[in-house]
Amino acid sequence: MTGCLKIVDPGPMCTVQDLGRPGFRHLGVPLSGAADGFRLRLLNRLLGNPDGAAGLEFRLKGPIVTAVDAPLRVAVAGDAPADLSRRTADGVERIAIAPWRTITLEPGEFLDSGTLGSLATGYLGVAGGIDVAPVMGSRSTYARAGFGGFRGRPLKAGDPVPAGGAVPDGGERLLPRPPGIESGPLRVLFGPQDDHFSAESLDRFLSAPFTVSDRTDRMGARLDGAPLVHRPDKGPDILSDGLIPGAIQVPGDGRPIILGVDCQTLGGYAKIATVIAADLWRVGQLRPGDPVRFATVTEAEADRLRARVEARLDDLTNHFEGWVGDGLIDERALYAANLIDGVCDARDPTHVPGFLEGLDR
Amino acid sequence: MPDHGGTDEDGAKGRVLRLADGALTLSFGGAPNTAADPRVLGLAGRLREELAAGRLPGVTDVVPAFRSLTLCLDPATADRESLAARLGAMAEAPVPPTAEPRRWALPICHDADLAPDLADVCAATGLAASEVTAGHRACRFTVLALGFLPGFPYLGPLDARLALPRRATPRLRVPAGSVGIANAMCCIYPWDSPGGWNLIGRSPAPLFDPAADVPNTLEAGDSVRFVAVERPRFDDLRAAAREGALDPMAFRDREAA
Repeated sequence: MTGCLKIVDPGPMCTVQDLGRPGFRHLGVPLSGAADGFRLRLLNRLLGNPDGAAGLEFRLKGPIVTAVDAPLRVAVAGDAPADLSRRTADGVERIAIAPWRTITLEPGEFLDSGTLGSLATGYLGVAGGIDVAPVMGSRSTYARAGFGGFRGRPLKAGDPVPAGGAVPDGGERLLPRPPGIESGPLRVLFGPQDDHFSAESLDRFLSAPFTVSDRTDRMGARLDGAPLVHRPDKGPDILSDGLIPGAIQVPGDGRPIILGVDCQTLGGYAKIATVIAADLWRVGQLRPGDPVRFATVTEAEADRLRARVEARLDDLTNHFEGWVGDGLIDERALYAANLIDGVCDARDPTHVPGFLEGLDR
Repeated sequence: MPDHGGTDEDGAKGRVLRLADGALTLSFGGAPNTAADPRVLGLAGRLREELAAGRLPGVTDVVPAFRSLTLCLDPATADRESLAARLGAMAEAPVPPTAEPRRWALPICHDADLAPDLADVCAATGLAASEVTAGHRACRFTVLALGFLPGFPYLGPLDARLALPRRATPRLRVPAGSVGIANAMCCIYPWDSPGGWNLIGRSPAPLFDPAADVPNTLEAGDSVRFVAVERPRFDDLRAAAREGALDPMAFRDREAA
């Protein structure tokens, strides 16, 4: 039986996403899917879902939701506490719920997923997944063409989103040391059109600081900074060719655009470099104002870094812990309060030992 | 093999370009507005057959463009070196002739409210409206690629007399079905969207149905021409399309090429 997660307040931008819609790009259909696939996969594992189950992706601030008719087991992949409200005989009780901790949301209870601290993108997951009908093999929302997800659009207040199933057997789980943000340079390989840039511009691409502009969304992150210069004999325009998320276009104004998961399938600007797969999740976590630097790696390093991200995902999965919380308010509050320390840890990279340590040097 | 109006650049050697560990592009080079390379569609067809037969492990998409094709990869399972070598070898070998293309005759209505840039095109080309629209309908287009939006066809080559740059200021909203021309190409907008092409008519033919087993009407390599319809017929077809009662197969071209 499918339950229902009702949206009370969607926040600034909330969409249904899974791991995307590969296989249709020759028709002009973008990949779409989670902007931070690392966190969606980890959240799904915490909830006992397959990696590719759909969740709610939100930017900067999460949705306020309630369960309708039947309880749902939920968790938030973020870096700030969520807020559970429930009615009691004495009024409304509010309990802080740490991120990366499952709770069972009873009908009539409200969960405010909270405002992200340093992350740009968070997820609200449900055991059993968001159960909208797949379109072309994916539940991801592609809002520009109005398909996928919930009615092809970002969520609105009042939307009844089909979700989950029976609350699974077994108690609640938590992730003791949630992943943080990496602040080092984004790792790239030059190309495919680095020959459109002078050697000086290629050097500056790697040495100059850029800043994420406010024109940043799921299609791409536009960067501010000293403009890069195209070689006069080549210019910024190319005959359009294939694009993938992570490719870095430089249009005529010289300001790079790191393409995001909803990027078009073909594009006509020279691409100076491409972010390696291991760092694509970091593109989904860029917020306006964030500093951005780039560093080149070899193909072999790209392969090794990607393997380390997978190993990190498995390592975190092996460290899920059970917690006793079902139905006991005091324990729930106690555990929730205890984990606030863990949240603070997540914001400080030095308090997250083992997370891709040393890769930025 | 369809005629793409090839230039002396046809025959340029293909180069395999890399998008980090995420994709490989076989490029035949060429500046913006260079004519499409006929090898691309033949190679893309062969690669799509290989993909469907499970002989391209780690490849998720084969994406043809005008003078290039891109293999999108699952980085965890793709063997980039062997794929790059296969792409390079395919580019060296002769490309077998493509199958006879599917032919389409798509309805178009040129009424003024559906063709907001027709007057500008006439002014820029010195042609009468009837010459512009007849010249456009006389073109035998090939679908060179689908991109920009799901199902959005890039059609070429356009009658050289009609070649104009895109509008200096793109429109924020171009209505779905709009037929535009720019440079050496023609397009049809399958969705309401921003756009900068010069709009000379509108077609009611459904181009993309996300819920269908085969969502796209057109595919790369198809042959397309336009057939004028009067407003009452256009309105009937558009109403049927909105109700989902218009089978795009109705627009397969029965006429001999």
